[in-house]
Amino acid sequence: MKGNEAIAHAAIRCGCDGYFGYPITPQSEVLETLALEKPWETTGMVVLQAESELASINMVYAGGASGKRCMTSSSSPGVALMQEGIAYMAGAEIPGLIVNVQRGGPGLGTIQPSQSDYFQATRGGGNGDYNVIVLAPASVQEMADFVDLAFQLAFKYRNPVMILSDGIIGQMMEKLVLPPFKPRRTEAQIQKECPWATNGRKKERKPNILTSLELDCTKMEQRNLHLQSKYMEIKEKEVRFETEMCEDAEYLIVAFGSAARIGMKVIEMCREEGIKAGLLRPITLWPFPTKEVARLAKQVKGILSFEINAGQMVEDILLATHGQTPVTHYGRMGGVVPTPDEVIRALKEKLFKQIP
Amino acid sequence: MTKEEIMRPENLVYKKPTLLNDTPMHYCPGCSHGVVHKLVAEIIEEMGMEEKTVAISPVGCAVFAYNYIDVDWIEAAHGRAPAVASAVKRLWPDRLVFTYQGDGDLACIGTAESIHALNRGEHIAIIFINNAIYGMTGGQMAPTTLMGMKTSTCPYGRVADLHGYPLNFTEIAATLEGTCYVTRQSVHTVAAIRKAKKAIRKAFENSMQGKGASLVEIVSTCNAGWKLSPEKANQWMEENMFKFYPLGDLKDTTAESPTH
Repeated sequence: MKGNEAIAHAAIRCGCDGYFGYPITPQSEVLETLALEKPWETTGMVVLQAESELASINMVYAGGASGKRCMTSSSSPGVALMQEGIAYMAGAEIPGLIVNVQRGGPGLGTIQPSQSDYFQATRGGGNGDYNVIVLAPASVQEMADFVDLAFQLAFKYRNPVMILSDGIIGQMMEKLVLPPFKPRRTEAQIQKECPWATNGRKKERKPNILTSLELDCTKMEQRNLHLQSKYMEIKEKEVRFETEMCEDAEYLIVAFGSAARIGMKVIEMCREEGIKAGLLRPITLWPFPTKEVARLAKQVKGILSFEINAGQMVEDILLATHGQTPVTHYGRMGGVVPTPDEVIRALKEKLFKQIP
Repeated sequence: MTKEEIMRPENLVYKKPTLLNDTPMHYCPGCSHGVVHKLVAEIIEEMGMEEKTVAISPVGCAVFAYNYIDVDWIEAAHGRAPAVASAVKRLWPDRLVFTYQGDGDLACIGTAESIHALNRGEHIAIIFINNAIYGMTGGQMAPTTLMGMKTSTCPYGRVADLHGYPLNFTEIAATLEGTCYVTRQSVHTVAAIRKAKKAIRKAFENSMQGKGASLVEIVSTCNAGWKLSPEKANQWMEENMFKFYPLGDLKDTTAESPTH
């Protein structure tokens, strides 16, 4: 099935309580699949087509606030609209899942695939000092698997989690094993797991109030310090990545999501030519696998950041390598998907020239 | 009756609702918010919904409503309260879910969320405080500011050429298929307060009976923003606001609405 359909089926199977979304290409199949599957009749999952992405994200905010597993999906311009709500979720520490099936930008851009929302996802498009955990699937299987993982991380850390996919993975059809069926949590389970949630004040506790507002600046600073310590813990514990043929690599290609699929072909073709290339695929874009990049940087002659954008993740690689290893970027924009040949040419023409 | 007799519990004729806590309110003396807060707290208690209420506060003067009424609260982004309430009610159908919003929040920045939540027939209640001005930010023009009325962003008075016309949101709400009860009340006299209480109670009951969306507009004073004494503000409201925002029910289909 398609990546977008996998997201919908995985949501029903992993005990998701609510999906709120607004149609936008190339991800409308998520809402369409849910509408066809009618999970409200089986698991009791709520599915609602909202009036806008603004409403969708605020519904996710509300559902998470009340202790429920809620999600939305959209594509780049729609996710841009949601940034206010994501910042509020981070500020009020409300868990929830946002799926971005990226398309080319800026602005209305194109409906073709792109990875140009890396900055938006990892730096936060909203206001304030906050981070969103970002997972980058590279297959239809991972589209399905990351839904439950995202909910687990979101509730573990009371933080929004984003699946940063793109139009290639969203529209691509692949075989997959659907995750096992897991029932939605009962009210008693929610009360136990989320004592902070706003779903009706029990007599024995004080009212729960979820807000990101604090007029006293010293209290607001304390809140921020708490958030920062949480982000530090996430950076220590939740970094995920995969490496391929890195043991003896002389050249490292770093690529995520659909670019990593192309990257796999690139390193195979390089090896056939006798170029010892390896691939590092960050699975979490935030937290970024900084230590692994730094470790491999000492081993290789140079690093190519291959992204389907103008060069965004390359900044995280430069921060990890501190200028001690030659680093360059190759990518295409506007919805154009690069071929493996182009990447190898870039490796030779851009990276090799930088190596003394 | 002696003082001691008067103080006996059986002779009590009025008390502060238990849900209304002792936090000093930030509202200006003479403002309508305090009265409406008290009504909301009383009604939740009278309905026995203390443990099953999720209230949504707005951005505006009532942003801190959560500090005063001891139920669970979600603070919504500016204008988004009806979307927040829609999700909570759908996910927790046996909860009492209401929003408490001002004119800027409901009828300006949140017009889309308000219209669509009402039109979807969400089983929620919206309390709409209309004082025709932005109180929290210091008295700027609101969507409901009357023609000719002076605010800090229309200091020479509201004129159509520059500012457009006041929006009668409640009239629009009454035309929507999803609403079952749309009413306009005020809290400037004891009689008005009693009527407003009945209206809010009815809206809350509609939410619990799943009859559709209810909107209770409370035409309110902002004496600080209007730069009038509390008493003069009430008088000004009667003479000016009630002409454009007349009190009474605009729609009530609750008798024939199916219960969900």
